[in-house]
Amino acid sequence: MCLALPGQIVQQTVGGKATVDMHGNKFSVSLELVPEARVGDWVLVHAGFAITKIEESDARETWALLEQGGLAEELGIPDKR
Amino acid sequence: MEKASDRILLAHGGGGEMTSRLLATHVLPQLTNPALAPLTDSAIFMAGRCRLAMTTDSYVIQPLEFPGGDIGKLSVCGTLNDLAMVGAQGVALSLALILEEGLSTELLDRVIGSIKLASSAAGVPVVTGDTKVVGKGQADGMFINTTGLGQPLPGIRLRADRVRPGDRILISGRIAEHGLAIMSQRRGLRFDSPLVSDVAALAPLVLPMLEQLGGAVRWMRDPTRGGVANCLVELAEAAYAAIELDEPAVPISLTTRHAAEMLGIDPLSVANEGKFLAVVANDQAEAAVAFCRAHALGRHAAIIGTVTDGEPGLVELLTHAGGRRIVQRPYGEELPRIC
Amino acid sequence: MDPAVVEIRDRISRAARTVGRTATIMEICGTHTVAIFRQGLRSLLPENVRLISGPGCPVCVTCQGYIDAVVELASRPGVIVATYGDMIRVPGHKSSLEKARADGAKVQAVFSALDAIDLAKENPQQTVVFVAVGFETTSPATAAAVLAAEEAGLENFVVLPAHKFVLPAMKALLDSGQVNVDGFLCPGHVSVIIGSKAYELVTRTYNRPCVVAGFEPMQILSGIALLLEMMAANRAEVVNVYKGIVQPGGNVHARHLMEKVFVPSDAHWRGLGVIPASGMALRPEYRRYDGFARFNIVEGADYDPPGCRCGEVVKGLIEPIACPLFGKACTVSSPVGPCMVSSEGTCAAWYKYGRHAVARTIAKK
Repeated sequence: MCLALPGQIVQQTVGGKATVDMHGNKFSVSLELVPEARVGDWVLVHAGFAITKIEESDARETWALLEQGGLAEELGIPDKR
Repeated sequence: MEKASDRILLAHGGGGEMTSRLLATHVLPQLTNPALAPLTDSAIFMAGRCRLAMTTDSYVIQPLEFPGGDIGKLSVCGTLNDLAMVGAQGVALSLALILEEGLSTELLDRVIGSIKLASSAAGVPVVTGDTKVVGKGQADGMFINTTGLGQPLPGIRLRADRVRPGDRILISGRIAEHGLAIMSQRRGLRFDSPLVSDVAALAPLVLPMLEQLGGAVRWMRDPTRGGVANCLVELAEAAYAAIELDEPAVPISLTTRHAAEMLGIDPLSVANEGKFLAVVANDQAEAAVAFCRAHALGRHAAIIGTVTDGEPGLVELLTHAGGRRIVQRPYGEELPRIC
Repeated sequence: MDPAVVEIRDRISRAARTVGRTATIMEICGTHTVAIFRQGLRSLLPENVRLISGPGCPVCVTCQGYIDAVVELASRPGVIVATYGDMIRVPGHKSSLEKARADGAKVQAVFSALDAIDLAKENPQQTVVFVAVGFETTSPATAAAVLAAEEAGLENFVVLPAHKFVLPAMKALLDSGQVNVDGFLCPGHVSVIIGSKAYELVTRTYNRPCVVAGFEPMQILSGIALLLEMMAANRAEVVNVYKGIVQPGGNVHARHLMEKVFVPSDAHWRGLGVIPASGMALRPEYRRYDGFARFNIVEGADYDPPGCRCGEVVKGLIEPIACPLFGKACTVSSPVGPCMVSSEGTCAAWYKYGRHAVARTIAKK
């Protein structure tokens, strides 16, 4: 019922919002539901809101599952892991 | 007993099932003729003793300038690509501008500059044109229509009825880049993204490839609106064959894939403006990939599927997880969703 | 095939053999339904494992009367309807937002409830009506938007509340005794908010195992494997395989915001009828942001198009192919019922991803 993906907070902006980086795509996301989140934290984003803080390893695992099939390597995209 | 809509909806312009239905119900019954009937990217017909290819396309895009190009570059490349997809070298272009009252002349100059650049790079001049201005609110900045006239390469016949089971499906590069780059600029979901439209004229890759591989290339299309999904379902229907696609083989950048996931959009349904799909005889498929990869426009070319003798019209995807699913024509307008 | 998939498939087959009889697993969440179809996971399951889709697609459980109210408001001068893209094509009794837009209504697709707030700020002469649908994952965002409107003193912003709680629907399904569910695949992202402990109500009271899972194929498959293993061992526990994402207690702060703005109310679910305390009404102190009150309209009567069996599909009572309209009068490009309109609707998933397989199954029978 709800799409949500992990990203990393790269900047806190005005009005309780932050810029969240999802593999290069940067979305403006509200931190109202996870006010304790800070720059560098990983969060799960749904409909423009961070809904929970998550561990970096869990975020990377979610991305890794998304990327299964070895595309990252084949396309020569630097792997941050 | 599908109910007809009595108004034009945005989805009728999406290039998917709704567009087909609009054409089939309201346009083709009155206009059809042998040159139009195959509904290929360009028509091929005789003008006296000369074989000609002709195509036309209208460009309505927001924003007018986007990462990787603008409406001017798009209107030249898009039309020349439609010629290339029937194996024709562009000869001449027309340019019709519909400008909205209040449009900045600086912006117009930039767009015309891109048109000049793209047409001279392709060696195809704009030989005729037209300009109209409409009142404020009657056009979204500017609309462009271009018509292209081309000369088909001799001996090349690219048609769905030449497609055979065992043939392979080739894509010339990473998918979904144009559509997602445009979406990243849209009102209501704007996001900062390194995504860049792939808009490019494909003839410098396509025509030499056709000359080298000749009849081994059976069919070609550029997967613009409606994306790869739309193109391949249309091919499967026209060729009366089935297609099996290998999801892990489909080239797509991680940035594109993640943007699509975030917006809840299937990248197979997203527009491309600098890629082509080709059906190639199995024994020449690797040669075709190698030919593409040697060219800047085809560096990420890959074989992504096979034509089979399965249920005619069926396109099946072998997923990353090893499952199978049907690939459907997209409905029309792609909307970001939350669920 | 990925060796991990092969391994999990073996686990599923072994457990399914031990269970013996048909094991019915309900995936409550529409996003699970779509993921299952998109990845073709049904083709990996043994014959005696039956997946049925539950009431977890917000579009599908929204009553037509609500849609009618939204469409009517959209057609009024001075109103801009802001909605998630999911709702644009859903037909009401007469029209949809998509068609109303073709007739001149102002309808704006938004990605976030806060985009609707921005829209209200940019258009002070208009009233922005936000279509507030979704479960616990989405409703805290609406709560935050209402609080933001209050803080900004924004009076030209209202919401049309139709948010729903998931657990009362699960309870109502089990209480009705109409549906035979052996175990639940629970929604990963709703659980981020409500916490995995919330399902203990189901495991304790109804003795049905629950697994909270994410949306990647391996998550879903291991969820199914665990459910079957619990069934085989006659155990009913809550297991969370979406570790690190879902916490037992959920997001307390988000629930607090939700409770600050909303109060549980009886709600009408399409197909399920009225379920007590399953909806979210604005608390009296926020009622001025209620679009129904502001425009003095009421949700229209629920109405099912003739022949449409979405209600039974939502309950998992029938599979889409049992509906006489499926694939004939009701298709993805010309939908009749909400389960075909919603991109995560059960019928749409069957139609888009499984139609030919379905046809083949029928032919074989």
